[in-house]
Amino acid sequence: METIKNFRINNELGIHARTAAMIVELAKKFNSKIYIKKNDEEVDGRSILSILTLSCPKGSEIQVRIVGDDSQEFMDALTELIEDGFGED
Amino acid sequence: MAHEKNTPKTVYGIPASPGIVIGKAHVVDRSKVKVMYHYLISDDLVDQEVARFREAVEKAKEQLTTLKDRLPDYVKDHAFILESHRMILKDSMVYNATIKHITEDKINAEWALKKTLLDIKNVFQEIDDEYISNRISDVGNVVERILRNLSGKQQESLLDLKERVIIVAHDISPEDATELNTSKVMGFVSNVGAKTSHTAIIAQALGLPAVMGLGNITDIVEEGCLLIVDGNTGEVVIQPDDDAIIYYHERQIQRERYRSSIIRTSYLPAKTLDGYEIAVMANTEFAGETEAVKENGGAGIGLYRTEFLYLKSNGFPSEEELFNDYKQVAEKIAPDPVIIRTLDLGGDKFLSYSNKKEANPALGLRAIRLSLKNPQVFKVQIRAILRASAYGNVWLMFPMISGLSEIQAANRILTEVKKDLDDAGMDYKRDIRVGIMIEIPSAVAIADILAHQIDFFSIGTNDLIQYALAVDRTNEDVAYLYKPFHPAILRMIRQVITAADKAGIEVSLCGAMAGEPCCVPILIGAGMKRLSVNIQSVPLIKKIIRSISLKDAESCFEDIMKLTTANQVEAYIKAFMKDLLPELGENAFI
Repeated sequence: METIKNFRINNELGIHARTAAMIVELAKKFNSKIYIKKNDEEVDGRSILSILTLSCPKGSEIQVRIVGDDSQEFMDALTELIEDGFGED
Repeated sequence: MAHEKNTPKTVYGIPASPGIVIGKAHVVDRSKVKVMYHYLISDDLVDQEVARFREAVEKAKEQLTTLKDRLPDYVKDHAFILESHRMILKDSMVYNATIKHITEDKINAEWALKKTLLDIKNVFQEIDDEYISNRISDVGNVVERILRNLSGKQQESLLDLKERVIIVAHDISPEDATELNTSKVMGFVSNVGAKTSHTAIIAQALGLPAVMGLGNITDIVEEGCLLIVDGNTGEVVIQPDDDAIIYYHERQIQRERYRSSIIRTSYLPAKTLDGYEIAVMANTEFAGETEAVKENGGAGIGLYRTEFLYLKSNGFPSEEELFNDYKQVAEKIAPDPVIIRTLDLGGDKFLSYSNKKEANPALGLRAIRLSLKNPQVFKVQIRAILRASAYGNVWLMFPMISGLSEIQAANRILTEVKKDLDDAGMDYKRDIRVGIMIEIPSAVAIADILAHQIDFFSIGTNDLIQYALAVDRTNEDVAYLYKPFHPAILRMIRQVITAADKAGIEVSLCGAMAGEPCCVPILIGAGMKRLSVNIQSVPLIKKIIRSISLKDAESCFEDIMKLTTANQVEAYIKAFMKDLLPELGENAFI
């Protein structure tokens, strides 16, 4: 099963080391694979370094593709994390 | 070991943490691992090499976990750095890529790792964001750790020390600093580092004497040789002779005896002989220091520096993180006040501005200027401070104010944040006291105008002297011009106090000057009612205040105002102090 969703990064700091780490941590809880795409470049969402190489400051548009049996649950959790601005204020 | 017995030699560095210690040197090797490159000639060897690499990574993972578990409370912010290093270990760009290099290129693990690092460097170099491209140093740290494990060479842990020693190192990394809290470390000296580095701050918090910035101390000190470290003066004596040992040992005892006699009386109020009470407060940087402020008899925290949480985190700390920190301090120190100063960093320390090199950082985008330029970040801090104000006696202070418009701009943001908190139904102290640092000469010149806009002044003499005399005191060619006793500085202090008194607002002084025993009569003679000093100096400064009458201090100040050079002032005050407190002797400068 594959779930795809587009996001806009709205937290002040964008995706930096701490936020990337949160995504990697979240990914560990699910079986599905996660891929993050920005400007036609797609990377492994379980790799903190790969996520950083996408360079996503505030306002970036990304597409997330999750593949696997729990892809919907994973996407829901990720949506919550991103929409919450990664817990930043 | 057969080596020539050295004659005593004294070298000078930056006094980073006070105290005198005499002990054996232990040189800590933090040099990089030498890497050998070779091809693997059979498939068996490839499998063995992959296994060897996996083992080294597992070991690194355990090491990082152990380090993280051992972190003392006040450096918990290091935890994230260690956690991210652990993630990098197993990151596919590192882990899978290295295994691929080993199996496909048939090369040894060390070579493969080096190739991996180079690949990642190439990718990161392309990234336009300097913050992200700088993360390569984290990858470098992790790779270095794996290489060390592969070589079988142990990264020596300070926790494995068998006897009490003085650590001699090129640099004390944050990872090392977390291990300093052991009974085996007596003090340390290092080639690099500065008084405000976090390692120095940790040394001060632990009460370990330290001298940093010695340049090449690791080259000239041999393992096991005797060292004397004087963290007050920055002196390090290598292979001292008997005379030097006796001299420093006496000073050490004298200092300890004197300090304990002062500390025993530190609970007494700082009341002059004629009955005027002066508030002696402390400058701090960590919530964990609050207990020590009370133990040393401090009447509150006159300057709470807030940079630490910003420097420690990758990215900005969250409102909750800041709030919890400030709240903890406010609760512990209450009913005494804590004056929280908003972020006082230069643009170079701020990630999003890190790609701009300023020609004159001291005159550039820093402190309040940076906060006003980043209102979103500033608001988070103000919110955290306001929320903490519900839990104690919190005052809010803006640094580096040069004129009225900055106060107005900062106050506008403060009003907005208050309204946000009201809307959210959150509790804070509505009439929180708001003040400014006086550290730019222009603010002194218009102190009477500024006084009407705020509730208190705090004079930051370190920067004020630097800006008023146009002297960078770290520049050795002009450092001799840095003179706290310069008549211009004394007049400026007087002018600020007069403006504050006229407007009926509080004024305090939180620079290094407040902690110099011989400045105390001058400052209280000038009319200063609040001094904020290092925690360790609180008992001594209180004792000095108890030994003098305000009347004498005032006439001392009047006499001094008639003098025309800094040297005259210095000579006058030294003679004055000798009469006042003969037993102080050389301790006048501890």
